[in-house]
Amino acid sequence: MFPVLQIGPLALPVPGLALLIGVWIGLWLAEIEAARLGIGPETVYNLAFIGIVAGLIGARLAYVARYLNVYASDPLSVFSLNPATLAPAEGVWIGVVAAVIYGARRQLPLRLTLDALVPAVAVMGVAVALAHVASGDAFGAAARLPWSVYLWDEYRHPSQIYELIAALGVLGIGWRARARGPFVGFNFLLVVALSAAARVFLEAFRGDSLVMIGGWRAAQVWGLVVLATGLGAMRYWGREAVS
Amino acid sequence: MIRLPWLLHDSRRWWAFTLAILLLGAGWTWLSRVPASVATVGQIPSPREGFPAPDFTLDTLGGESATLSAYRGKVVIVNLWASWCGPCRAEMPAIQKVYTANRERGLEVLAVNSTFQDSQADAQEFAQNSGLTFPILLDRDGAVSKRYLLRALPSTFFIDRKGVIRSVVFGGPMTEALVQTKIEALLQETP
Repeated sequence: MFPVLQIGPLALPVPGLALLIGVWIGLWLAEIEAARLGIGPETVYNLAFIGIVAGLIGARLAYVARYLNVYASDPLSVFSLNPATLAPAEGVWIGVVAAVIYGARRQLPLRLTLDALVPAVAVMGVAVALAHVASGDAFGAAARLPWSVYLWDEYRHPSQIYELIAALGVLGIGWRARARGPFVGFNFLLVVALSAAARVFLEAFRGDSLVMIGGWRAAQVWGLVVLATGLGAMRYWGREAVS
Repeated sequence: MIRLPWLLHDSRRWWAFTLAILLLGAGWTWLSRVPASVATVGQIPSPREGFPAPDFTLDTLGGESATLSAYRGKVVIVNLWASWCGPCRAEMPAIQKVYTANRERGLEVLAVNSTFQDSQADAQEFAQNSGLTFPILLDRDGAVSKRYLLRALPSTFFIDRKGVIRSVVFGGPMTEALVQTKIEALLQETP
């Protein structure tokens, strides 16, 4: 666990740094993949870039909207660089909507564009896992195993390492399959389905799960829904491609 | 002509595969349900979100002593700082303003000075010159900094009325709006 890199007076949050590097590598790979698939690399780069920027701005605005009375008396704080004042879930939604609008306006083919974004999505999965390794978030359930790690005053499953291994596996499979997809959109659905399956499996070892009524872990239930959707879409898109 | 993999080629085979995968996933999900008695969050004191704040007792600049758990029922900001740290000095006025405005609503600030890597005289001079009215605690041997896994100055922990850390901000300076937004929801919770 290494949450902060202190360089003189500067405290750099390592998880944020890992995500930033992930975004940078992801955008670079998206450009390369777009060129390989014959769609404008600049357009795909812009799509991802607009999604990220809109997501960040949206996350800040959503946070501000939540505490409008506070920011009304201190409006300049809206421009604070501190990531503690972001609303992440809202940011993701706003980023996705902005990217979809941009893609529709530039008439980008949906399935081909999704395929072009596969390496970027998979790399972001690795970056998120590295961010968790650095911060100690997404920690494991208490367990006494030869490979347990001592974290947060307890021996635990190294869930962050499990997550990293799974993310690297998804990246490897997604990367190898990118030139072999039987139809357009297959690689994207493959990465989505593998990521969802990994989440369903690995969530069982987490010690910080959001728990629903009956003790069901919310992430596993959502993972199953995404997995079912991905597998269903794989069949549907495959049939469409054949016909 | 597009040739689908053997699994996708046959509709019945594909749906059987999908069903098997989903049943396996559902079974695993059922097996890994969480009994309330083994939920980790909320039980072990640890300096991170969702955990009870590790307790401590320290001397204050005023010569008294302060214990974190004695403030149970109040919203507490624990701010780890040093007088030589620029961002720490820069954010203190914002913390003071929020403290003044919200003290009556049940807010308390414990500013833990990293005295083991600072000097008590410098901390006192800064507190006086800045007009800080909340308790300044002296971490002379670094025990609290160690307990709170201090890695950057300033580090700020926002603790709810039940003594649970609800958010952590590493680094600074924090703006007045940031501090206020972090405590607003906590103050509205019933003791």
